[in-house]
Amino acid sequence: MQFSEAWLREWVDPQLDTAQLTHLLTMSGLEVESCEPVAPAFSGIVVGTVRAVAPHPNADKLRVCAVDVGGERLLQIVCGAPNVAAGMNAPVALVGARLPAREGLAAPEISRVAMRGIDSEGMLCSTRELGLSDDHGGLMPLPSDAMPGTDVRRLLALDDHRILIKLTPNRPDCLSIHGLAREVSALTGVPVRAPAIEPVPARCDARFPVRISDPAGCGRFTARVIRGVDAGAPTPAWMRERLERAGQRSISALVDVTNYVMLELGRPLHVYDLDKLADGIDVRFGRPGERLELLNEQIVALEPDVLAITDGSGPIGLAGIMGGDSTKAELTTRNVLLEAAFFFPEAIAGRARRYNFTSDAGHRFERGVDFDNNLAGIERATRLILDTCGGEPGPVEDHVVRLPQRLPVRMRAARAQRVIGVPVPHAEMESILHRLGLQSSAEGQGDARAFVVTPPSYRFDIQIEEDLIEEIARVHGFERIPAEPPRAAARMRAVPEERRSLHRLRAVLAGLGYQEVINFSFVEPGWEARLAGNASPIRVLNPIASQLSVMRSSLLGGLIDNIRYNINRRQSRVRVFEVGRTFLRAAGAPDGPLEVAGIRQPVRIAAAAFGPAATEQWGSSDRQVDFFDMKGDLEVLLGAGDAAFERAEHPALHPGRSARVLLGGTPIGWVGELHPRWQQEFELPTSAVLFELDAAPLQQLTFPAYEPVSKFPLVIRDLSILVDAGLPVGTILEELRTAGWAVVQSVTLFDLYQGVGIPEGKKSLAFRVLFQDTQRTLTDAKVDQVMQEMRARLGECFGAQLRGNEGQLQ
Amino acid sequence: MTAPSSDSLANLERVVEDANTAFGATVSTAELEQAKARFLGKSGVLSELLKGLGRLPADQRPAAGSRINVVKQQVEQALERRRAELSQAALSARLAEEAIDITLPGRQRGGGGIHPVVRTWQRIEEIFASIGFDVADGPEIETDWFNFTALNQPENHPARSMHDTFYVEDGLLLRTHTSPMQVRYARQHTPPIRVIAPGRTYRVDSDATHSPMFHQVEGLWIGEDVSFADLKGVYTDFLRSFFETDRLRVRFRPSFFPFTEPSAEIDMAFDSGPLKGRWLEISGAGQVHPAVIRNFGLDPERWIGFAFGSGLERLTMLRYGIDDLRLFFEGDLRFLRQFSA
Repeated sequence: MQFSEAWLREWVDPQLDTAQLTHLLTMSGLEVESCEPVAPAFSGIVVGTVRAVAPHPNADKLRVCAVDVGGERLLQIVCGAPNVAAGMNAPVALVGARLPAREGLAAPEISRVAMRGIDSEGMLCSTRELGLSDDHGGLMPLPSDAMPGTDVRRLLALDDHRILIKLTPNRPDCLSIHGLAREVSALTGVPVRAPAIEPVPARCDARFPVRISDPAGCGRFTARVIRGVDAGAPTPAWMRERLERAGQRSISALVDVTNYVMLELGRPLHVYDLDKLADGIDVRFGRPGERLELLNEQIVALEPDVLAITDGSGPIGLAGIMGGDSTKAELTTRNVLLEAAFFFPEAIAGRARRYNFTSDAGHRFERGVDFDNNLAGIERATRLILDTCGGEPGPVEDHVVRLPQRLPVRMRAARAQRVIGVPVPHAEMESILHRLGLQSSAEGQGDARAFVVTPPSYRFDIQIEEDLIEEIARVHGFERIPAEPPRAAARMRAVPEERRSLHRLRAVLAGLGYQEVINFSFVEPGWEARLAGNASPIRVLNPIASQLSVMRSSLLGGLIDNIRYNINRRQSRVRVFEVGRTFLRAAGAPDGPLEVAGIRQPVRIAAAAFGPAATEQWGSSDRQVDFFDMKGDLEVLLGAGDAAFERAEHPALHPGRSARVLLGGTPIGWVGELHPRWQQEFELPTSAVLFELDAAPLQQLTFPAYEPVSKFPLVIRDLSILVDAGLPVGTILEELRTAGWAVVQSVTLFDLYQGVGIPEGKKSLAFRVLFQDTQRTLTDAKVDQVMQEMRARLGECFGAQLRGNEGQLQ
Repeated sequence: MTAPSSDSLANLERVVEDANTAFGATVSTAELEQAKARFLGKSGVLSELLKGLGRLPADQRPAAGSRINVVKQQVEQALERRRAELSQAALSARLAEEAIDITLPGRQRGGGGIHPVVRTWQRIEEIFASIGFDVADGPEIETDWFNFTALNQPENHPARSMHDTFYVEDGLLLRTHTSPMQVRYARQHTPPIRVIAPGRTYRVDSDATHSPMFHQVEGLWIGEDVSFADLKGVYTDFLRSFFETDRLRVRFRPSFFPFTEPSAEIDMAFDSGPLKGRWLEISGAGQVHPAVIRNFGLDPERWIGFAFGSGLERLTMLRYGIDDLRLFFEGDLRFLRQFSA
């Protein structure tokens, strides 16, 4: 809601300057978004009447004017404006006047100057020179009846501000000067001075039939015919000015009057060309197949829940939102029908949005319009139309079928004090209600004190006790409510030791050198289809861009894109990770406390690495990051969990260099090198390695299981074998670890070799085996026996051949 | 072999001096051992003297013997001293040789770090945990009921146009705020309830100051006497803790949200720094609406309390003086690494 400060002050004028007034509005819930002077600061500018214009002897484009500024003699002013003419009124900057400062320059002061040899005692001004517009086509014409010498600021009421307030949806009653004045009056105690609205008597008997078929949508329809208007008459300057300061463009006298009354009283009106109306008006819900061209030239298809104004020809307006094109008043219109209706908010709400536009009337009706000012609105508009366009009014016809009920609302004083947290005295509550115009009666005494309020017709936001408590808190002043630390029972809240938070997982990856990123949850559809292998991603129906139109089921696309982005900014080494939800269809999955039916939204944790294994430095060899770097980092993240890796293919990963990750036998994600195809598509100079895991299993920790440390010495033996080059080492390790030798503490691969000295197609592996018995000292014989069993088992299972030089270490 | 002459006995003191000189002239352990032989060896000076004792008159023997022994001990001490000196010199030489340039950079894996918005998220969790708040997290694809209806925003409510909602299939939507977590959490717990719910939220909005995806933190405290004054106390305390200063002002301005009443916008202003004196919108808050308390499954006559929602990006930008929202979502390491400490 934008309005002129001066207009508001005409209704209520508290002893507050502009800054105090806007602060008051903001702190009472009517947030002032901006407050701009209608004109910049300037002084010494008066109305001048150009009496004579003569050519300049030394310049073709300049004229020498004799200007009457109300003084004893005419001033001689040299002027270059093309539109200067004898008889016109224009602003004159007198000697000593200050023009508005422009573009950071100091305000220029006018002095007597000679222009091409002719003295000039001031300056005739354009709107641009006064900072009122950018138009510099010529002098600013002033009204012909303005007295020479009158201060231009006063003449044009330029000591005013355009105030823009951001109104919350619960306060439609403040969408007018009248409503704002009521509010300021309640906050300051200064009474409202409403201009008197006298009924305009009928001067003819012209009427138009109106029917309300759907009282569920329309409760009241007040109508009046005015015959013989001059619709082409100009809108008065004062009305244009107020409309302009309220952000409304002047359109035509009839439309301007309806907008003016809407701004002044909060009463939307519509004006029809009576001669374009067929039969009678019927207010009813739309019917299938009905179409309507609106004033904004948009054609809409009506639906059975869209309220329409209709006549014999069909729909002629979207009720409470916008009139139709076929019956609109134009400059040639002679006879009009004025409408001041009440439509129920629930019959209007959301309809304009459905058709993708907004209107001032719709904005008001869907929030609630005073159903008791229809007559005032019609009378006010009639008066303004007669004053501007002339004409003969018919009688006012007020059709009332159903009005909103205003049920009494009871507010318990004790409840209000409990919710607000401050013992606002009962008397203050009563006074606040009174000042707000909320008629109340008091019940009970002491703790049982209650106030019963019947809300006025213009308040749609008072239905329950809390609505009144809010009014008490607001007018009492949020600033006066103390901010004190609350009291609460001090109960301890322990975090289970077997769970770790996502933050701890983040800390592990950050410690391993990865930088956290946050990517959008909606991604390029191609990533889902081809990178994540998801043929039916969850689509966003109204994406901001087509490349952000599906919900991601994998974090990998974003991370690869992060690498590309950083390479393009000359980063040679990139380590990034992200923790975030992914979105997958899960047909049949039910709703749950933290679940939505049909969709799984698991949190995942993913990382990507690109570039040298180590940061650029002097002390280690230059090597690109590879699968085993990533796997190692992943193993750190997994912690002590029972993880396994199995060869498997993923559309984003190199089929020979990728693995499915299992934890406790359950697949939880992937690790691998980026598929060369994607390396090319993302234009990465070398490959990247990635992993992506479900976060939930990683958050589960195992509670430490203590075992006594053995007092008996550890025996260390090495085992070297030759196996087929293609045999996965993991299977051998798995076999050795799980075969069930109780004295084997651990088996580690410490050497892998292929090449010179090793037969073609074979590889050499060396394992270090730690033996220990918790009960007794191990004998060499026992260790030899287990080693022998191991060799036999490896030979049997994997065709392993023994290599020599097995050492014995102590 | 002759008896030690009175002459040679008289020169015993010279022997100590000679030994000191000879030992001192050595520069290695090997040389020292050679020099030792000259004095203490089997045919060394002192051995010879001791051998000659038997030829002295018996009455002179004890005195001469003890004099020789004193000298021998002095020579042995001189030897030990020199041994220690040489060994110390050798160690020092080795240490000097092994010295490295300790100003060379250490071997690193490269500094990783936490995203600045998540850093804020963690700090907020810690601050609220310190007064007993739990942390909750939930779905980002939400039902209309949890995102709107349960929060007292039925269909066609004008307040819905305050949120430009992303819709996905099957009538579901991307949550426009973290407030649905109030309802989900409260339905699973019994009061008193103290919880914050940070997370991702979505709105159809994209320009220099709006991102279609952003983060909020929801706060909820429900009890028997949790009032608007408590909200002012908690949130003011939070801001002073978060910004680690008492030099900021906080104001609560009446506003409207369908799920709270009374409702407030919370503004803050720093008393110093580049933003000094400017009111900055920081949160929406209020007393939870009775209809919402009923949707928690609780009786609004008994249970009252407050809720608030704040933007994590906004808090992060104010905390670190970041001037462009888009930086958070571009993944630019040159920006993100500044928060890795």
